[in-house]
Amino acid sequence: MINKYTIKKFFISIITHIFLMTVAMSCLFPLFWMLRCALMTNETVFVDKSIIPSQMNFGNFITAWVEGGFGIYFLNSIIYTASVVFGIVIIASLAGYAFSRLRFPGKNLFFYMFIAALMIPLPGSFVPLVVLMNKLGWANTRYGYILCMINVGLSMSILLFKTFFDKMSPDLEDAARIDGCGRLGIWWHVALPLARPAIAVVVIFNSLNVWNEYILANLLLNDKSLMPLQRGLMVFQGSHSVDYPLLMSGLAIAVVPIVVVYLVMQKHIIKGLSSGITVG
Amino acid sequence: MPAIRKNNLLAKAIDNSVNFSFVLPAIAIFSIFYIYPFYDIFNLSLHEWNGISSYREFVGLANFKELMVDKIWWKSIWHAGFITIIALTFQNMLAFSLALVCDRQIRLKKFYRTVFFIPPVLSEIVVGLIWQWILYAGTQSGEHIGLLNYVLVKSGLPHLVNNWLSNPKTALTCIALVHCWKGFGWGFIILLAGLQTIDSQLYEAARVDGAGSWKTFRHVTLPMMMPVILVVIILTVLGSMQVFILIISMVGQGLGYHTEVPVTRILSSMMGTGRYGYACAMGVSFGAILITISAAFKYLSNKTKQV
Repeated sequence: MINKYTIKKFFISIITHIFLMTVAMSCLFPLFWMLRCALMTNETVFVDKSIIPSQMNFGNFITAWVEGGFGIYFLNSIIYTASVVFGIVIIASLAGYAFSRLRFPGKNLFFYMFIAALMIPLPGSFVPLVVLMNKLGWANTRYGYILCMINVGLSMSILLFKTFFDKMSPDLEDAARIDGCGRLGIWWHVALPLARPAIAVVVIFNSLNVWNEYILANLLLNDKSLMPLQRGLMVFQGSHSVDYPLLMSGLAIAVVPIVVVYLVMQKHIIKGLSSGITVG
Repeated sequence: MPAIRKNNLLAKAIDNSVNFSFVLPAIAIFSIFYIYPFYDIFNLSLHEWNGISSYREFVGLANFKELMVDKIWWKSIWHAGFITIIALTFQNMLAFSLALVCDRQIRLKKFYRTVFFIPPVLSEIVVGLIWQWILYAGTQSGEHIGLLNYVLVKSGLPHLVNNWLSNPKTALTCIALVHCWKGFGWGFIILLAGLQTIDSQLYEAARVDGAGSWKTFRHVTLPMMMPVILVVIILTVLGSMQVFILIISMVGQGLGYHTEVPVTRILSSMMGTGRYGYACAMGVSFGAILITISAAFKYLSNKTKQV
């Protein structure tokens, strides 16, 4: 009887692992295939279908970086991601702190306004936004795109900061107040350092979002020197008689940083997701 | 006495405005980049405008009337619905079964959890371009270039070889499946987090009462998970109905209208035919449809909570 039971259990566990492994391989294989094709030349990529190509050619990465313009795109993506995330952390933590701790007329109204923006799906909101940016002359500028992207992540980040500050004990802030610290000083010296877990979640999710953003970059930025990676990939794909090894190198340049960040920050991402769900 | 009161009022006003200055940057950005465009999308939807000229012609509800009988528009909504149905069934079933399996004590759990969430952190452009290359349909000196067709021929199934992304019969299904590939990790992580909050004493109690694994699932796991499942369903519906970047990167403008979805219609009405008013009317109508759907699900989820 026990024997039969263990055999059954053994088979079930093998079947589960086959199932899980198949799905896991299907997640990894396209990325592997991308890297593999990035290492081939234009002649071999169409013919050679072996798993590990016989000749490795790292030159594609250099060509993509220099001639394909991916060096510029990469730098732009870094600039946009860093400035948007920095802006969001400062602006959203100020607002989240005020909504949680300070008193002013219309507080609830303004807060619900931000929440409503999270709830209302507005497909095609990029149309009036682009019209506005053209009118203001902010289209095709770095700061225009950065401000737009700050707005995209703002509501969710304010909500995250507010819920975090609501749960935080005000004792330390009271102590600082007695020591003669002003409101701005308390936010900077006490609240913000304590809010590190919330900052981590805000930074990660907004970084992913900005790094991967395409549609506003497509509609607002026309100069190659201003484009981030996602936009650059589509330009590249459209304009050349597609050089697939080069395209795959470009994809790899866009993929590798985000996957590395994900692998390092995994814990925070999963924590953030679960807490985001309880908030929603 | 009145003098002191006046002073108090002044002090309070200053206090309030200092407090308000904390939210001012957020409200300023929000007003310029969200509230004004929000107003303008309704305003523009009542106008006929090419995006360039300074004159916007007021046409009332004409754009909406035209939209009602726009066959391509309805077709595009059906396409988005098709993608959503596949995502709701295939993607969510996959996510739920993976989460159920990973909820137990199992080896390599961390590895699986890490890997399943890799596709969701990639951008839709990247995912679309990689899969487009795998599904590529061209041939060179008799050999298939795309990996899938090549593998099909080599494994003795040449009759399955297809122009995956340019054949109207398969293009949308391929897009839907790639969408599922990219999205199931979200559902998996959320559902797994939900499963882990279920008190293990409930399972104990069910086992003591003699419930088998199916009965435990049916009467313990499923009812406890209902709120989380509904959240995943709402997120899947809203995400899948608005998919479009994946389509742009996989098939570009596409051939005919076989792969049009509402947001690509909005985009091509804006950039292609230069009808900004019509594009906004599409946005407003489609937004209304989405709000109705998510309100219906909210209502449903409140009902299940009361039971």
